[in-house]
Amino acid sequence: MIGKAQEAIIMVEILDIVIAGLLMGGIYALIAVGLSLQFGVAHVLNIAHGEFIMLGAFVTWWLYTQLGIDPLVSLAICGPIVFIIGFVLYRTLFTRLRTSSPSPAAFEGNSMLACFGLLFIIQNVAILIWGADIKGYSYLAVPVNLGGAVFAANRLLTLGFAIIIGVVFYLFLARTRLGKAIRAAAQDPAAAGLMGVNINQVLALCFGFGALMAGFGGTLISISYKIQPTMGLEYTVIALIVIVLGGLGSIPGSFLGGLLLGLVGSIVTYIEPGLSLVAYYVIFMLLLLVRPTGILGK
Amino acid sequence: MDISRFTSKRSVLSGSAILIIFFLLATFPLYSPGYTVVLLISIFMYIIITVSWTMFSGPTGYISLAPAAFFGVGVYTSALLGFVLPLPAVIGIGGLVSFCLALLVGALTLRLRGIYFVMFTFGLVELLLHFILWWEVNITGTTGRVVPTVDNTTVYYLMVIIFAILMLTAYFIKHSKFGLALQSIGEYEEAAAHTGVNVTALKTVTFAISAFFMGAAGATMATRWTYIDPRIAFNPLLSFMPVLMAIFGGMGQLYGPIIGAAIFTYLEEFLITRFPYYYMLIFGIIMVVAILYMPDGLVGLLQKLWKRISGTKYADT
Repeated sequence: MIGKAQEAIIMVEILDIVIAGLLMGGIYALIAVGLSLQFGVAHVLNIAHGEFIMLGAFVTWWLYTQLGIDPLVSLAICGPIVFIIGFVLYRTLFTRLRTSSPSPAAFEGNSMLACFGLLFIIQNVAILIWGADIKGYSYLAVPVNLGGAVFAANRLLTLGFAIIIGVVFYLFLARTRLGKAIRAAAQDPAAAGLMGVNINQVLALCFGFGALMAGFGGTLISISYKIQPTMGLEYTVIALIVIVLGGLGSIPGSFLGGLLLGLVGSIVTYIEPGLSLVAYYVIFMLLLLVRPTGILGK
Repeated sequence: MDISRFTSKRSVLSGSAILIIFFLLATFPLYSPGYTVVLLISIFMYIIITVSWTMFSGPTGYISLAPAAFFGVGVYTSALLGFVLPLPAVIGIGGLVSFCLALLVGALTLRLRGIYFVMFTFGLVELLLHFILWWEVNITGTTGRVVPTVDNTTVYYLMVIIFAILMLTAYFIKHSKFGLALQSIGEYEEAAAHTGVNVTALKTVTFAISAFFMGAAGATMATRWTYIDPRIAFNPLLSFMPVLMAIFGGMGQLYGPIIGAAIFTYLEEFLITRFPYYYMLIFGIIMVVAILYMPDGLVGLLQKLWKRISGTKYADT
């Protein structure tokens, strides 16, 4: 009898860890898919990715607290705003860098450094507009019982949306003509250009879609977590770790990597709360040394 | 035209200019107000980090985001040994610990190319930061440490000495066959390896030498702060700043990064107390503009202008 009761407690605890990991992992997956698209196809290692997330989160917060617009409606507002910013940035800044850089490797280096500049610009504009304080709001914070483990409804909603967005985007890449053009550009931009793909347009769209994912991610993050203008870098770093884990440029890999990293974080947090970030970095550095192509990379 | 006489005359001129600059720097605290000395100390801190960053990353093209890690290791050495050993020994050990860490990291990672190397070096800073933070909270139970303070004039002279040694080292590396080999790695690594350059050893040693100076600067600067914690010591901004300063100044010449670092530190001192967010905003804008329009930095831009004004075919360097 005692054995069975203990077993049940352990089962609930394991369920607790797994679900908490998946809830976190869903967001990681979404933002990593965005970064993966920007790096894998457009070859911009967007260090300012987290700033786009922050923008999404703050616009959602602002719309909800000022105008009372539901955060789920904001998904349809924030995403396009951030998409346009990303698209325009690529058409102007990064296209210029791409044509003036002597080699693809030089473009990767230069565009990354330009992103550092963007990081400081976006972050400080946000501070000037919204102030440097931590913000937050309460939305759907009702508890939900999942087989003994209790979670807030907003987090489950976040995971649900992250998965839906991920799947829709995957179908878009796999089934549509534009998706095919994007995949072609990822494999060989020069050859894709020769086959009639408007390469500047496709790369800019990719960068924009990456920003779109960040915007969606930001909205979903603002539903369940506190936000502040300096939150970006942490999410950028996590997205970086995930895309290395999943294999640079592999979109399904990034999605799986995100869920996996969420699980790892949840397990480490259970064992030793302070060490989850340290564990992320250890995994990251070991991966870079042992298998830089990641779990699904070639 | 006798080119050798021309160059020797030039080198005598620049040599005496350098001597005069160092004489001015050495006597500076005797006749200037205390605040200027403090400002010069921070300028020297950034100059040392930027020049040593450029020493490795300039010719090879490997963008290292590890300066904050090496600097932080120096700071922590100072905090741990400051009460036990005399300051020069602490600075030397701080540099050596960074040197050894860089040797280890370099040997492990310098086979990573391009963006992987950037990510790894940045990961190193964050890993050390969060690990030490966790260690202090959970194992020692206290966050932060006290560092024995030293008066400003001493710190100033120490920074000048480190700067002088760094410039000599950078000059000799740049003008020796090692500098040439480093340059060849940056241009075409496979070709360099095939012409007999021991690519890995050369990269690792240069990386470690540059880390030595960052560590030494960290150990010296720690005495100015009296109290340090992991977030001060391993501030990621210290990894980004040297990259920006070197690009802004121009990496083609040894004095390019010095000019970049001096301008930005002065700008920081001037703006950060009054308009901190505007300062960071301007910082970002300058960074983007510098990358877009000034591929050879301020020095390259001035040379191009000079070329246009004087009408000579080759810019005078």
